[in-house]
Amino acid sequence: MLDAKIPAGPLETKWSKYKSTVKLVNPANKRKLEVIVIGTGLAGASAAAALAELGYKVKAFCFQDSARRAHSIAAQGGINAAKNYQNDGDSVFRLFYDTVKGGDYRAREGNVYRLAEVSAAIIDQCVAQGVPFAREYGGLLSNRSFGGTQVQRTFYAAGQTGQQLLLGAYSALQRQVSLGNVKMYNRHEMLEIVKVDGKARGIIARDLVSGKLERHFGHAVLICSGGYGNVFFLSTNAMGSNVTAAWKAHKQGAYFGNPCFTQIHPTCIPVSGDHQSKLTLMSESLRNDGRIWVPKKKDDNRKATDIPEEERDYYLERRYPAFGNLVPRDVASRAAKERCDAGYGVGASKMAVYLDYAEAIVRYGKIEASKKSLDHASEQEIIAMGKAVVAEKYGNLFDMYAKITGENPYETPMRIYPAVHYTMGGLWVDYDLMTTVPGLYALGEANFSDHGANRLGASALMQGLADGYFVIPYTIGNYLADEIHTKPIPLDHPAFVEAEKAVKGQLDTLMGIQGKHSVDHFHKALGKIMWDKCGMARNAKGLQEAITEIQALKEEFWKDVRIPGKQEEFNPELEKAGRVADFLELGELMCKDALQRNESCGGHFREESQTEDGEAKRNDDEFAFVAAWEYKGPSSSELHKEPLTFDIVHPSQRSYK
Amino acid sequence: MKLTLKVWRQQNSQDKGRFESYQVSDVSTDMSFLELFDVLNERLINEGKDPIAFDHDCREGICGACSMYINGRAHGPWHETTTCQLHMRAYNDGDTIVVEPWRAAAFPVIKDLAVDRSAFDRIIQAGGYISVNTGNAVDANAIPIDKVDADAAFAAAACIGCGACVAACKNSSAMLFTSAKISQLALLPQGRPEHKQRAEDMVAQMDKEGFGSCTNTGACEAECPKGISITNIARLNREFITAGFTSK
Ligand SMILES: Cc1cc2nc3c(=O)[nH]c(=O)nc-3n(C[C@H](O)[C@H](O)[C@H](O)COP(=O)(O)OP(=O)(O)OC[C@H]3O[C@@H](n4cnc5c(N)ncnc54)[C@H](O)[C@@H]3O)c2cc1C
Ligand code: SF4
Ligand code: FES
Repeated sequence: MLDAKIPAGPLETKWSKYKSTVKLVNPANKRKLEVIVIGTGLAGASAAAALAELGYKVKAFCFQDSARRAHSIAAQGGINAAKNYQNDGDSVFRLFYDTVKGGDYRAREGNVYRLAEVSAAIIDQCVAQGVPFAREYGGLLSNRSFGGTQVQRTFYAAGQTGQQLLLGAYSALQRQVSLGNVKMYNRHEMLEIVKVDGKARGIIARDLVSGKLERHFGHAVLICSGGYGNVFFLSTNAMGSNVTAAWKAHKQGAYFGNPCFTQIHPTCIPVSGDHQSKLTLMSESLRNDGRIWVPKKKDDNRKATDIPEEERDYYLERRYPAFGNLVPRDVASRAAKERCDAGYGVGASKMAVYLDYAEAIVRYGKIEASKKSLDHASEQEIIAMGKAVVAEKYGNLFDMYAKITGENPYETPMRIYPAVHYTMGGLWVDYDLMTTVPGLYALGEANFSDHGANRLGASALMQGLADGYFVIPYTIGNYLADEIHTKPIPLDHPAFVEAEKAVKGQLDTLMGIQGKHSVDHFHKALGKIMWDKCGMARNAKGLQEAITEIQALKEEFWKDVRIPGKQEEFNPELEKAGRVADFLELGELMCKDALQRNESCGGHFREESQTEDGEAKRNDDEFAFVAAWEYKGPSSSELHKEPLTFDIVHPSQRSYK
Repeated sequence: MKLTLKVWRQQNSQDKGRFESYQVSDVSTDMSFLELFDVLNERLINEGKDPIAFDHDCREGICGACSMYINGRAHGPWHETTTCQLHMRAYNDGDTIVVEPWRAAAFPVIKDLAVDRSAFDRIIQAGGYISVNTGNAVDANAIPIDKVDADAAFAAAACIGCGACVAACKNSSAMLFTSAKISQLALLPQGRPEHKQRAEDMVAQMDKEGFGSCTNTGACEAECPKGISITNIARLNREFITAGFTSK
């Protein structure tokens, strides 16, 4: 039976009680305990820094050339925290409630409450590190709103919040490197978990510059390797984001939770051609002020600015008057798809909708005019002032849009379309963030934890930093307290030798195939299957087809992939090949999970399960559980169910009307 | 569009390296500069040749990984734009484009266009942080910060650590990068207590890594994709004096 180990007692006191009763490790013993951290994004960098500060000996790994380049750097919009600085009715309970509801009642109450509880301390910590959040003229922190909530609780640093938070965590990490408490391994990729007597005791990593394999021991291993959205080939994730670390852990016995829960983000720049290598997100914060619309007439080929107001369909405001343009992501994405499928899409591909700032520019312009007592400002002057305000708030996003599309978003509405963005699924973890392998933990986007079937905007950064700064430093003690007598295991232990041999074997096989097609060829083919059949809308027939097609593609890959160069040198194609090999296996499991979950919830939309007006229809009687998959060999997995119970929040049909 | 690419090829750090020319046809104006390299690499792989190695990850201009020296300019012709955000709209049919790696003694080439920038990490390790342990922070609004200072700190903090400033500088100086971090932290009350020591240690590390000295040519600012201003260098020089480097 899967035991999430949620502490007993009332929701509000679970975590404080846990903290005051959890086992501790004394400082002298901490120095003898080694922890391996895979990943230096928000989750990994914060965990590595916090554990090193406590006195543990930490080794941190990332595949980029610097820890500062982890994908968290790209997060734009902001980070949530229940500070209630705006005095608009926010509280820990409300953040908890919004998150459980936003996740369509597929997350654990205990975990989510803890997340909301520690959120405020994250902001304090980041400010103390010198993170330059946006401020008001009074010198206090500024907030903005994000989808799925009715309060302003999102802290931000222009459109670069992830960058600033990550640089804060990176600085803390570099400080520990300089103090000798962390040893940093850049340009290293973890390729296997080493287990001794059933416990995680180390890793095999490849030095990406020399191509050589290395063995590393740790009393515990933390997987902080991010999300797997790149299984779709095209996503908003960085090019290198991958599932390999998590997938190797899965094959070593860690269950994979809710693999099919994928978030498709509503506001991304549409695909422009076959050369497309990734998709660019336009931050959700743009929905604060922008209005989304399509023409009321099908196949309307007029320029956006030539379409009069009364011929525009602001479909989110029409369908969801209470939340309007700020409905959660899954709802906004499906609504865009619905309009485009029905023939109302815009742009050359007709697979786009407009995100329009004209009204916001005038509104801000008028506010400025009245601030400056310019009662007779001309329309042009108002627009100029409004543009300046919009530029201050969203300038870097507008510039990015202009560079990519060659269009000026201050003058014409932006074209946007949904794209794969985030994966709620990931390694199954208990309250301690431990996977089903003792000593093996998963943090950040790599775990399945807190977002249920749909993540609210600005909550991933919160979760990554909560896990790293404030949760793992306590929960890891619970395990390591019993490990103080475990001496470092010598690297010539058979478990290390075997693991390295297996990794070497796979690399040899890949290099030896010398087939006809590049790695990208297979990755693109996989992405197309996933997007068409396991994307924004899924049905049983499509998913069954997808499983068969992926199995065939996998076979072809192992017969026909071509990797140039040598194994023992800097070889990006070989790196990609290993990642795509794992994506092929993961893709199949995602489809199986989506097939099994014959209900719609959050980002998972099964066409068979919808309300009369096309909204996702949950089936709590049959599916109020976490699907935790156990690896049983190639194309074979066993489903375990962790039932979800709701004592405080009562699941209801989500309504944003 | 049809283009000629002259690309620096270097097998590893020991190899001497050389330019090789490639013709690429069917270049779409909507492509990004790195997508052009994707297309070329796909072709090289299909022809059984070694693809061109280059660093990249986010392709959104924020991770700082991409780093190409294009027709004599770090990150190419567009103002405040990283290589990954440069689009082929910038070029015309028939153009020849020369692409090299960052060239600086402190950034040795790993392969082709990928260089080793770990010296930047070591400069940060020397002091680019505020010494606060997790859990010791006061309430985030306990110390109000003048919006002007907060905005200036943010502007300095926007540095992506790409190294274009070094590549653009005839002395291979890392002053813009180093001063940006020192400025960010010095502008904030939280960073003040350590500011003198920080400036001293980071500059010392910068020198140790073999970056050249700053002669105020301004080439770094002109090529920086994030618009990091050389006023940060001026601010560092002030810190330098108040830190009394010479007297210690
Ligand atoms: C464009 C974009 C914008 C976003 N904006 C927001 C936002 O505004 N607010 C919000 O809350 N969330 C946002 N998100 C989501 C959020 O950024 C991520 O979920 C979060 O940053 C993930 O952090 P992480 O630490 O879990 O992983 P990552 O930051 O992805 O880090 C993964 C780390 O693991 C390493 N790694 C991976 N595999 C291996 C391996 N095999 N060996 C060694 N190292 C490995 C990598 O090198 C890297 O260091 C956004 C996401 C995207 C794509
Ligand atoms: S200062 Fe500018 S050019 Fe230099 S590393 Fe930072 S962002 Fe790059
Ligand atoms: S690839 Fe990240 S900045 Fe260019």
